[in-house]
Amino acid sequence: MQKVAVVGVGETKFSGPQTKTEVELFAEAAMEAITESNLTPQDIKALFIGNALGDIEEGQGMIASYIAENIGCRYVPANRYEGACASASMAVRDAFMWVASGYYDIVIAGGVERAATMGTGLATRTFAMFSDARYEYPSGVTFPAVFAMLTHLYADTYKIPLQKLREQMAKVTMQSYKHGAINPKAQFFGKNADITMEKILGSFVVCTPLTLHDCCPFSDGAAAVVLASEDIAKKLTKKPVYITGIGQASNGPLGNQNDYLPRIRAREISSQQAYKMAGVKPDDVDLCELHDCFSIASLIAAESLGFFEYGTAGEAWENSQADIGGKVAINPSGGLKSKGHPIGATGAGQVYEIVKQMRGEVEPGRQVLDAKIGLTDTLGGDGGTLVNMVLERGWK
Amino acid sequence: MEQKLYFKDYNEALKQNKLLGLKCRQCKAITVPPKMACRQCGSTDMDVIEVKTDGKIKTFTTVFVGAEGRESEVPYILVIVELEEGPWLMGNLEGVDPKTATMELIGKKVKMGNKVFAGDKYSAGESARPIFSLAG
Repeated sequence: MQKVAVVGVGETKFSGPQTKTEVELFAEAAMEAITESNLTPQDIKALFIGNALGDIEEGQGMIASYIAENIGCRYVPANRYEGACASASMAVRDAFMWVASGYYDIVIAGGVERAATMGTGLATRTFAMFSDARYEYPSGVTFPAVFAMLTHLYADTYKIPLQKLREQMAKVTMQSYKHGAINPKAQFFGKNADITMEKILGSFVVCTPLTLHDCCPFSDGAAAVVLASEDIAKKLTKKPVYITGIGQASNGPLGNQNDYLPRIRAREISSQQAYKMAGVKPDDVDLCELHDCFSIASLIAAESLGFFEYGTAGEAWENSQADIGGKVAINPSGGLKSKGHPIGATGAGQVYEIVKQMRGEVEPGRQVLDAKIGLTDTLGGDGGTLVNMVLERGWK
Repeated sequence: MEQKLYFKDYNEALKQNKLLGLKCRQCKAITVPPKMACRQCGSTDMDVIEVKTDGKIKTFTTVFVGAEGRESEVPYILVIVELEEGPWLMGNLEGVDPKTATMELIGKKVKMGNKVFAGDKYSAGESARPIFSLAG
């Protein structure tokens, strides 16, 4: 197996409803990634593209083929990945394996979504398709409802008064908004930086106890990364970021995860695979882009990833231990809750952020200094698909 | 290989307030809803059984934003119930005002009935769903 580097990254602005097609959005991100890799589309041997709901968003299936032709990667294999909100991470992980195996030397991976374009009603319906269609959706489960139920379960399991937990969750939101407000690619760029706890706790209730500000927005956007084998990467860039560990795990419907909930067992298995492969420990991680689709999701994720003890992550956010300058810098991009969550693109957006952070190319107010080891964490469905990747800076 | 218990038969039984499941001959775990393989050990050596429907509420939420086509149902209470024999089952809670549901619901004993979700253009037909109410 050969080492694999990220040699270029690209990303559109994550946004509310906009007018570019999914093919156009991905092309924008892809050409940015290819261009900064000092490559042309003709150098790309294969495409790996996450896209969860394009069939419904635009009536477009098999989007990967149209994207390949659109950007001038003619006749190459082009695969679509669907793993709900983890789609792009699945795509990047598979792309990694193809390059690691030696079969391809240069590929592009990423994802695209127009979830915001669907509007709240259809987006809520289609996101609920990632719960069990026969045994969960008939009861009216929605995506916020899954994490709302996990919030109450978390409070009960760890004996944290609900009001205290809600205040800790508000701290998660405030940190996300602070970073996203100065990230030009973020959906909430220029917004919510000074939001108060009172406003978060008092905003519109989506599913008790989650308010609007506990939830990520629906988003449109795309992100892309170019992966290359080590020998080629060294010729293309002085700043290769190596993917040194990968993990992926799956799970059934929420109720069948009862041996572990509110822990997400698939995440523990996936992240441990990635850590072991990379030979690193949670304590070694400088920054982590994790799947904060809801504020409670940050607490659950940070614990399963090994950063904090179970039931204590809320305290970490209160004490700034999950922020830049703390134990681990979590979601300096603003995360899903502020940068946005175009579900099929989100995991590639996480890789984009970690690469930009390592290169020192983000806004000073949210720059993690001297970051050497990064972790991505992407969750699909109610814990049905989990993907983690360890990235390491390839220069001194 | 035929599955021991299919959705169709599970659904028809649920409409009669009967909960069908599978008991593993290898590890004794009970699998609900139906699957090809035991959710604990992966064995396909299982018998169809009727599962006791008594249980207690593990968690809940009141949903205020419904999916397209189900807007008129809000607000409603979604619950996950731990059945006496172990499995967790998602359903709705009725008989409690959704707007006043609190953490005090957790641990409360419930009994099970059902209602049928008629389905929408995506769902390939109807599905019965558990409707719980507070016991006693």
